[in-house]
Amino acid sequence: MAAVTADQKTQSTSGTAKAAGTEAGPAAGTAPEAADAALLAAFDAAVAADDRIEPRDWMPDAYRATLVRQMAQHAHSEIIGMQPEANWITRAPSLRRKAILMAKVQDEAGHGLYLYSAAETLGTSREELLDKLHAGRQRYSSIFNYPTLTWADVGAIGWLVDGAAITNQVPLCRCSYGPYARAMVRICKEESFHQRQGYELLLALSRGTEAQHAMAQDAVDRWWWPSLMMFGPPDDASSHSAQSMAWKIKRHSNDELRQRFVDICVPQAEALGLTLPDPDIRWNEERGQHDFGAIDWTEFQQVLKGDGPCNEQRITQRRRAHEEGAWVRDAAAAYAAKHTTPSARTAQPAQPAQHVEETA
Amino acid sequence: MSAALALGDDALVLSHRLGEWAGHAPVLEEEVALANIALDLLGQARVLLSLVGDEDELAYLREERAFRNLQLVEQPNGDFAHTIARQLYFSVYQHLLYERLAAGDGRFAELAAKAVKEVAYHRDHAEQWVLRLGDGTAESHERMQAGLEALWRFTGEMFQPIEGLDAAATTAAAATADAADATDASATTGTAGATGADGSGPAVDWAELEGAWLSAVTATVERATLTLPTGPRTGAWAAGAGRQGLHTEPFGRMLAEMQHLHRSHPGASW
Repeated sequence: MAAVTADQKTQSTSGTAKAAGTEAGPAAGTAPEAADAALLAAFDAAVAADDRIEPRDWMPDAYRATLVRQMAQHAHSEIIGMQPEANWITRAPSLRRKAILMAKVQDEAGHGLYLYSAAETLGTSREELLDKLHAGRQRYSSIFNYPTLTWADVGAIGWLVDGAAITNQVPLCRCSYGPYARAMVRICKEESFHQRQGYELLLALSRGTEAQHAMAQDAVDRWWWPSLMMFGPPDDASSHSAQSMAWKIKRHSNDELRQRFVDICVPQAEALGLTLPDPDIRWNEERGQHDFGAIDWTEFQQVLKGDGPCNEQRITQRRRAHEEGAWVRDAAAAYAAKHTTPSARTAQPAQPAQHVEETA
Repeated sequence: MSAALALGDDALVLSHRLGEWAGHAPVLEEEVALANIALDLLGQARVLLSLVGDEDELAYLREERAFRNLQLVEQPNGDFAHTIARQLYFSVYQHLLYERLAAGDGRFAELAAKAVKEVAYHRDHAEQWVLRLGDGTAESHERMQAGLEALWRFTGEMFQPIEGLDAAATTAAAATADAADATDASATTGTAGATGADGSGPAVDWAELEGAWLSAVTATVERATLTLPTGPRTGAWAAGAGRQGLHTEPFGRMLAEMQHLHRSHPGASW
């Protein structure tokens, strides 16, 4: 397995991989520009035909960089996203809920692993991506900069945050880059399960004692707007959208997905017996969709900039876990070096993975 | 005291400690592994506590003095080597004990047979890490040795006989003439395990269990180029104190955190 991975890395970074979805590579002796044009044409044709781009296929540098940026951010979100929920593992109010929450946080670590692996097919490495996260050079979802103040927040995260994530991610199951799309199929299945559990947690609170109901309502009040911000800036202010849609990395605009999410949530909130903290939400007969109030984009920008309630805490804990774990990783590497047979050792990748500079 | 309570509390408390690692592990694979072990243990705890009463009442409404877990499992996580030392000592114990319970025909046989597969994985995980840390770098060697030393004193109490476990596990074996036939006999009679509250002679031979544990732990420690600690193994009180509800100071704080939300909403369901 290790050899295969190393091979893929070498291939994907060599720049000589075959053109996407076609056997027609550039003819020998063709000028470089013409060869590039042929590769690009084959790539564009593959994307247009809804073929999957695979690690060994040729792809434009910008496509590669965009994917690395997006997949890294996605992976980082999974592992930073463990923190707000792990905050309640030791205080979960029943053993059943504790087991569900532990399993969920474990799944998130697993999703991080899938996504880092998928990103590595593009010629980067998990270590490199983590270093960038720790240095503040790559982002994670802004939602995880909000604190979990009560047990009900665990339910609100499941229902709203996972709900928004699923709305965003289901279209990614058809993303043009194969490894990403396949990772998303697995992730979306597990996320849907988590979302149902979060909803069910809130339902139990909403139908519980007065204090529990109030706890649930307070959590929904605090998480509603940040969840809507998860879809990103409005379409007219989204810098990456057009290109990502052309490449079929993205399939729907931010505002389209946000609208879809609101339309899903309104009846669910009613069924929960909870209200959404937006007096402007109402059904619009003409549009066949819900109207809703204006998002506070100033707050969004502030959180993105690093000035949200928990930005500092999240990244500090993440860095600390990594730094305090360094001696453990060193030990594992030293042990492996001592106990690996010489033939197995030569199968390790000889060169470090190529550095991919993202445009974040 | 029921044996189910003792074994259930072991699993519950260690699961809680491992849950504290979430988001703090040295590498993502360990986030998955530690949570996985914690979940297995929590699953075992829920089955065992349910044999005694309501799992949540038992977990959330008992005070420190009523818990029957080993002092070993309540010890704070410390660094990764400390956690791994605790895991080695306990997993080897639990694996050997559950193997014996699974082979018998007491009321824990079925439960142990299921759990022993999980525990075999926990044991392997701990042993593999002891090897890597012991035979890794100078720093990891030193930390692993320190972890083994620090927790060594809590290992004696594991082999204090657990009251109730013996009787329940032993009746059918005593009723059958030949030990080799015991498994077949239980399969046909079925009810034998449930009857004997006062069976004679221990089904778990605790001295034999201790010997097996010592030799397994010694083998791993030596393979890891580490030294088996030599200090006393009596625990913070006399050996076996945890089983009598005598715990170490960090345990009360752990329970305060674990129980506070449940206790803040009496009678609520979640």
